[in-house]
This record gives sequence, structure tokens and C-alpha cells, in this order.
Amino acid sequence: MSDTTLQDICRQIAEASNLGRRINLMEVCGTHTVALFRSGVKSLMPANVRLVSGPGCPVCVTSQAYLDVACELAERPEVTVCTYGDMVRVPGRTGSLEQRRATGARVVVVYSARDAVKYAARHPDEQVVFLAVGFETTAPATAAAVLEAEQRKVDNFTVLPGHKLVMPAMRALLSAGDVPIDGFICPGHVSVVIGVNAYRPIVEEFGKPCTVAGFEPRQMLLAILSLVRQAAAGEARLENAYGVAVTDEGNAAARGFIDQVFKPANAVWRAMGTIPDSGLALRWGYEQFDAFARFGVTLGEDYEPEGCRCGEVIQGKVEPLECPLFGESCTPADPVGPCMVSSEGTCAAWYKYNRPRAGAGVAKR
Amino acid sequence: MSDTRDRIVLAHGGGGEMTRRLLAERIIPRLANDLLSPLADSAVLAPLKGSICFTTDAFVVQPLEFPGGDIGRLAVCGTVNDLAVMGAVPKVLSLALVIEEGLLLSTLDRIIDSIAATAREANVVIGTGDTKVVERRGGDGLTITTAGIGELREGARIDARRISAGDVLIVNGGIAEHGLAVMSAREGLAFDTDLCSDVAPLTGLLNAIFETGADVRFVRDATRGGVAGLLADLVDDTGLAIEIREEAVPLSPVAHHTAEVLGLDPLTVANEGKCVVVVPEREAERVLVACKAHPLGRQAAIIGRLVESDAPCVELVTGAGGRRVVQRPYGEDLPRIC
Repeated sequence: MSDTTLQDICRQIAEASNLGRRINLMEVCGTHTVALFRSGVKSLMPANVRLVSGPGCPVCVTSQAYLDVACELAERPEVTVCTYGDMVRVPGRTGSLEQRRATGARVVVVYSARDAVKYAARHPDEQVVFLAVGFETTAPATAAAVLEAEQRKVDNFTVLPGHKLVMPAMRALLSAGDVPIDGFICPGHVSVVIGVNAYRPIVEEFGKPCTVAGFEPRQMLLAILSLVRQAAAGEARLENAYGVAVTDEGNAAARGFIDQVFKPANAVWRAMGTIPDSGLALRWGYEQFDAFARFGVTLGEDYEPEGCRCGEVIQGKVEPLECPLFGESCTPADPVGPCMVSSEGTCAAWYKYNRPRAGAGVAKR
Repeated sequence: MSDTRDRIVLAHGGGGEMTRRLLAERIIPRLANDLLSPLADSAVLAPLKGSICFTTDAFVVQPLEFPGGDIGRLAVCGTVNDLAVMGAVPKVLSLALVIEEGLLLSTLDRIIDSIAATAREANVVIGTGDTKVVERRGGDGLTITTAGIGELREGARIDARRISAGDVLIVNGGIAEHGLAVMSAREGLAFDTDLCSDVAPLTGLLNAIFETGADVRFVRDATRGGVAGLLADLVDDTGLAIEIREEAVPLSPVAHHTAEVLGLDPLTVANEGKCVVVVPEREAERVLVACKAHPLGRQAAIIGRLVESDAPCVELVTGAGGRRVVQRPYGEDLPRIC
């Protein structure tokens, strides 16, 4: 289909989706949410094809309680928190890491877990805690960093485990059954690691079409076309519209790193609660790298900021415009919830890429 | 510790013999000119014919040297370009160096050489300056402040209030190259790339544009905040909407792919040698031809236009044929997590 124009694909989507009902497709990955807006693909959808964002923004699915622990650790004089940039601006119960940093806490933005190990090696007098968040994409890097710290005997390095796994969340969403989903646009980067076959249970047990998509407009449009056609035909198949990067089996070496260092564990997802085996805890033999254990901290009860509907947004239950805070008291410059902070957050994308609409609160920019 | 003599120490800023030698041996000879060389407390300038444009800018960049440039070239170009986009001919710059102890003298030498070469390229002189040394901090190494004076050319009226609906926007070449090149050299993010910063003095290019005699309504260099930030400012200043076409915005394949991998929107990434020019539609072709005839404007293109709107914003017609809004970034855009 490489000679088909994008306009042709759009026309085929319009024809295939002409069913007299709504078709809800969930993009699981935050990078897709942004790419769909940025490329204008979202604006090209027929009125009845709704692209719903799922729980795939690493920052947005992180519980408030986790953030509070990170802030608590940052306040300890001996601790340096190393984190991906998106995490520093999310407000917790008592402010954000960014605000902590402004008042003297050591919060260092890193681009990879390995940089945190390097930082720790260079600063032996500091206790370096890496905020280990993200899905199967960043977990192998965290695992590799732990192995490196072990090998180089960097004793002042720990991670605060907060990784999440995509499949258990998709299962949990479908099992809850309160979000209508006609098909999944499966994440590109995660699938590089877990492989196309990982989604087979979603197709076979839940009867939902799954298509893995890349991030170029053509790849996303072809995935949408595949899903719309399946929905129209009442079929559910597993397809791959990102064959250049994603294989059926995924990257076994990357998964090997995860398995060596981590074991599946229950994890608290923002507003979704505890999902069994949806996170990663350090295996026996690597507990010395667990910041929870080293500093004797535990996750408190999770909670939502008052009025914030991020939890429903990441489950596709409401669109950002349905949140009373959106564009009013919650903006990228002054965010209340993580969906407005993260560069991959659904609310941030809606705010950033949508035309200001009268009465929608967006006009007050 | 054999290399301590190769580095800046606090004594270099003490005002004594070490300071004198730093200036006399390493800085003044490289920048020498009739205004600076007497080392008086002020430079004495001859009167200028036209109105005087005056601007200042401070420069911090990490790393100090990056593909395609360094903080010295940046410090000259930044101020020169702020003058040039107003329609001025840049004449004299001041140069203040705040050096952190520990900076390698060889690095300082290269940066001063770069300042001298860029000043020659931009046809300006460093007329006055100052040097201070501060204790070692985060390791930023060097902060530079330049101020500049330029002579406003006759007839130049750069003013966003003169922009009207129908005017078109021209950009002089591939965007996002400076920001991406600096990131490619940044610790922790370093990656191999052919990307080079576009940092360059725009004096010559703007000369060529003004000499067309076209009614240039507005010019600004698209530095921090990128083209997106500049266009958002224009919407605020004019009350008009802007429509740009993604396919028309010059973007090299390597910049496109690098931005894609990092999850960044090229429109929000910094440039240091790109400007957006607003002219009436009837004069656009003439200005475009003048741009393309200049080495810094070979890839120049009309990227969009200003339009009337009830809800003014910047709107992009994407390559896929869709539409989306373009906003100024909140702060520094960071590479995505996954």
C-alpha cells in the first residue's frame, strides 16, 4: 500500500466506518496520543470514529502516593533524586519535585537510568535514588543500570520501583467492561520489546482487534484502517502495521534484562487501583537496590487532587474537556494532574493541539 | 594535578597581575581593534548617522562547544541578530565573560578565537569588555553577556503592529538544527549525528532582504521557543491568526528524524541562524528570490500567512492533510521517557 496516498487511506477509513454507530479505538501509548494530534491524523477522523487515549503515559499512570514518596526522599539531606524530566513537574500532596529543587533539594534530570548510576559513582557521598517509571520500554534500561551498579559496586545507588506492564492494564480495562472499546492501536515502542504475539490474549479472550502501529501518519492511518475494517466485519485479529520495527516475538534480550533483575508484582495505577502482577519489584539478590527498603519508606494510600479527573482520562472514561479543571485551573503552566504535565499526557495534548473553543475553557490561554 | 596551570583559577579574576596577564596574553590580542585596544574605562564611539538600536543578551549553553559552534559564536550572533532583525546595521558589541574556576585555558582560547572570527564575519568590533572569575559551581564553565549598538537603516520600520491579514511568512532555511545539535552533544544524551548548529550572523542575509526595497513589516530570529514561540508572539501582538503548512516548513531529513526519535516538535526547537520575515504577499516573491541568492537563505520558503479570525491562534496544516494548533512550549521541551 506504499503508493496509496494518505488521502486515499482516509477515504477508505471513512467508507469502512460508515456503520451508523460510533467506533471507539483506544491508543494505549502516550506517544501515539501526541503523534495522532501532532500529525493532524486525529482531525482527519470521521465524526463517528473516536480515538480514545489509554493508560499509556508513564507519568500519568504513576500514583500520587509514589510521587509523595519521591518528594519525601528528595527532602532528605543525603538523598539525590535522579529522574526523567517529565516527573519533576507533577504536583504531589505537598508540591512537586521542581518546587523541592528550588528550595534546595537535589533533583537531577537524567535521560537514562545509566546516567543515574554514573552520577552516583561520581558522587559517592550522596544517596542516589532513581525514579524507575515507565513501561517495558524503560524497564530494560533500569535493569541494566542495576546490573551495572552491582558490577561496579556503586553502593549509593538505588531505584524506586514504579515500572508498569502494559498487558495487565489492558486486561484490567477490558475486564472492568465500563469503557466501550472496538479495538486497540497497540504501542509501537513497547511492542518492540514484548512482540506482537503478546496481544494474542486480548484478541482471543476478549475478542478485540489489536493492531500494532508506528508513529508516522501513514503507519497510524493504516492501523486505524485495519481496526475499523475489523470492527465493521465483526472480526478480531492481531495485525502489525509497524513491521519495520516490531517482530512477533519482540526483543528477548531486553526482556531477559527485566527478568534477571525484576519479578512481576502488584502495582498501584493512578485511579485504577492495584492491578495484580502489573508492576515490577526487584528480585531476591537485588533488594539492596530497592529504595523503599533502604530508606524504610512505603507507599501511602493513593488519592486524587480535588476535582481532578486524570484517573478517568487515562482509562478512556472521559475526555479532557469533560474535566471541570481542564483549561481553567489546570493548564500546562500550572498543572493539577499528571495528564496536563507530561509531554505524553492526554490533557496536555488536547490543550496544546486543539483549537480554542468558546465555552470549553480552552480559550483562556 | 599537573594540569592546574592550564586552568582558570580565582586569582585570574582578582584584578592583579594574573588578571592583567590573562587579558594581555589571551584576550586582547585576539580581539584587538582601535576601540578596545587602548583599554580605557569606556570606548568612545564616533556619532552615527541614523537612529541607534541597542540590545543585550546573556548566554549560557551546555556544552560550551557543540557541533557547528560554541558559546562565543553564539554570544556574537545572538546580539548581532537582535540588532539586524530590527533593520539595524550592527556596529559595536560589548563582551562580559563570567568564567568559572577550573575552565581550561585552551577552551577559553578557542572560544575567544571564535568570538573574534564571528565578529569579523558579522562586520562588528568588540569595543569594550570585562572579565570576572567565580568559584566552581555546577560546572557550566562560562557565561557570556554581550550588548550591541547598531545603526538603524533608513526606511526600516520593523513593527508587528504594521502586520495585516494576507501578509506572508518567510523562513530562511531548515529549522530546529541548533537545539538538536546542542542536545546531541549534551552529557547523558550524546548521540552521533550529522546535525550542526545553524548559529550564524544574519546581517548579510537581512541586508539583501532590505535592499530589495520591499516593505518588510516584521523580522525576528526564531531562537528559544523556536518558530512556534515566535508565531505565538505574533498572534498575541497582532490579534490575527496564522496558518502555516507543514510541508512548506524547511526541515532537513536528519533534523526531522532526530526530533522524531526524541519526541520533540521541530517547531518548538531553538534556532540561532533562522528568522521569520513578514512581508505583504505582493512582495513575497521578490524577498524570497533575494533570500535564496544568499548562502544563509538557499532553503528559504514561504511557510504560511496571517489571516483574520475570531479565535486567533497558530494553526498548522499537516503533511497528512489534518490540522492542529501550534503553541509556544511551556519551558524547555524535554526528550520523552519512552
